Amino acid sequence: MLKKTPLNEIHKSLGARMVEFGGWEMPVQYTGVIDEHNAVRNAVGLFDISHMGEIIVEGELAKDFINYITTNKIDKIKDGGCQYAAVCNPDGGCVDDVISYQYNPQKYLVVVNASNTDKDFAWFTENNMHGVSIANVSPQYCQLALQGPKAEATLQPLIRFPLGDLKYYTFCETEMKGIPIILSRTGYTGEDGFEIYGASNRAVDLWNMLMKAGEAHGIKPIGLAARDTLRLEPSYSLYGHEITDTVNPLEARLGWVVALDKPDFIGKDSLEKIKQSGVKRTIIGLEMIDKAVPRQGYEIENASGKIGVVTSGTFSPTLEKSIAMALIDKKAADHDEFFVVVRGKKMKAKKISLPFYKRK
Amino acid sequence: MEFPGDLKYSKEHEWIRIEGKVATIGITDFAQDQLGDVVMVEFPNEGAILTKDETFGVVESVKSVSDVFAPISGKVLETNEPLADSPGIINEDCYNEGWIIKMEITDPKQVDELLTVDQYKAYLAEQG
Repeated sequence: MLKKTPLNEIHKSLGARMVEFGGWEMPVQYTGVIDEHNAVRNAVGLFDISHMGEIIVEGELAKDFINYITTNKIDKIKDGGCQYAAVCNPDGGCVDDVISYQYNPQKYLVVVNASNTDKDFAWFTENNMHGVSIANVSPQYCQLALQGPKAEATLQPLIRFPLGDLKYYTFCETEMKGIPIILSRTGYTGEDGFEIYGASNRAVDLWNMLMKAGEAHGIKPIGLAARDTLRLEPSYSLYGHEITDTVNPLEARLGWVVALDKPDFIGKDSLEKIKQSGVKRTIIGLEMIDKAVPRQGYEIENASGKIGVVTSGTFSPTLEKSIAMALIDKKAADHDEFFVVVRGKKMKAKKISLPFYKRK
Repeated sequence: MEFPGDLKYSKEHEWIRIEGKVATIGITDFAQDQLGDVVMVEFPNEGAILTKDETFGVVESVKSVSDVFAPISGKVLETNEPLADSPGIINEDCYNEGWIIKMEITDPKQVDELLTVDQYKAYLAEQG
C-alpha cells in the first residue's frame, strides 16, 4: 500500500501524473518537466515534499549526539541555523544525507530522505549513546518547498517575519496567516527559496495560500521529475545515486561536510584512512559530445575499458545539453574525454567542472 | 487525446499511415503524452531491413527512454531528419510533422493485422 501525502487529492485534481517513489504515491509531473523546470529557474514553483522524513532529537546531550551521528561539525552553526551533513556507517559509506535544524543545543529537527526515514530512525536509535530522546515525527508534518527567484515575493505577503532577515541555511518558527510553520531558507534547486513545515492537517491550506499568492508571479506546481533536473544542474547529490551505503562522502565530493577535526563520529576512523591513502573513486561532471542522453547505471569507459558508471544523467533544460554525474576511478579522472555506453554504443562525452549550473 | 480515424495503430503505441506501398510511422498522442518532453530521437539507417516487432529506434524524453518497434516488416525509405534537431515536434504534432520513419511495405498481409482506430481506443481503455 503506497503512502499518500496530505496533498494527494490536490495533485490529482491538478492533473498530475502520479508515480511510486520511495514507497509514496507522488506527482512526477503536472504540465511537463521542461515547463515546470523553467518556472522554478525564472519565476517560482511549489513542491510537495511531505514524503521527506522528520526526526526530532532532544535531550541534554543532543548536540553531542548530532556531532556523533553526522559528519559535519554542528558547532559551526548557531541556534536557528541549518546544516547539511552525511550520516555515515563505520566503513564511511553513507547511511543518508540530512539537514539538521538547531533550535538550541538541546533540540534538533533532522530532515531525512523519504525512503530512508525508517532506516535513519533505527540507526539513530541504535547509536544513541547520549541518552537523547529520538522521535520520528514525519506523519505529523507536511513539507512544502517554494523555490525560484520570485519565492520571497510570493511568500512575504503571507508572513510577518521579514524574509530579508532570513539568511541562507537558517530557519525560524513563524505563522502563515495564523498557521504555525517552521520556515527555512533552504532548497534543492539551486535557486533562492524556502522550505515550509506545518501540521499535516493544514497542508491543504498552506498549499492553496501559496498557490494563490504566487499567481501574480507565475507560480506552478512542480513534480518529482523537474525536482530531479533542477537538483542535477547545480550538481546536488541524491541518495541512491551519488551517495549510497557503499559510497563515502569523500568520493561523492562531499568532503566539505566531513569534519575530521572534530571528536569522534561514526565513520571517522575509516574516513581518516581513506583521506590519507586517497580516494579510489570520484564523482565528475560530464557533458555529452555525441547525441545521447546519459542515464543512471550507464557505464563509463576510456580507451582501456570500464572505469565507472553514471550516477545521475539527464537532458538539462537550462543548458539544453545532456549532462551527467559519474562515479569513476580516480586514476582515470585526469582525462578530459570519456565514452558513455548507451545501448551498447560508445558515445563521446567530455569532462566539465561542477556545478553545471550556478545562479547568477 | 486525438486518434485520427484514417490511421492504423499498433499495441506498441505507434500509428501507421498507409499510402500505396509506403507506410509512414510515428508514435501516438497517448505515447507522446506518456513520455513527456521528447529530447532525442534515434533513427535506423536508411535502407535498413526491419522485421516486424524489431526495435528500430529510440525516443527519449527528459525522464525516460522508450524503444520504437517496427509495426510491420520492410525497408526503411526515409527518416524524419528535422526531429534530430527539434525532437519536440513529436509533442507538438505527433501525427504529421512528428512522423519518425517511412517504410516500404513488403508483406501487405501484416497491414491487415494492425489495429483500427476503434480497436486501438478499446486497447487503451483495457490498459486502463
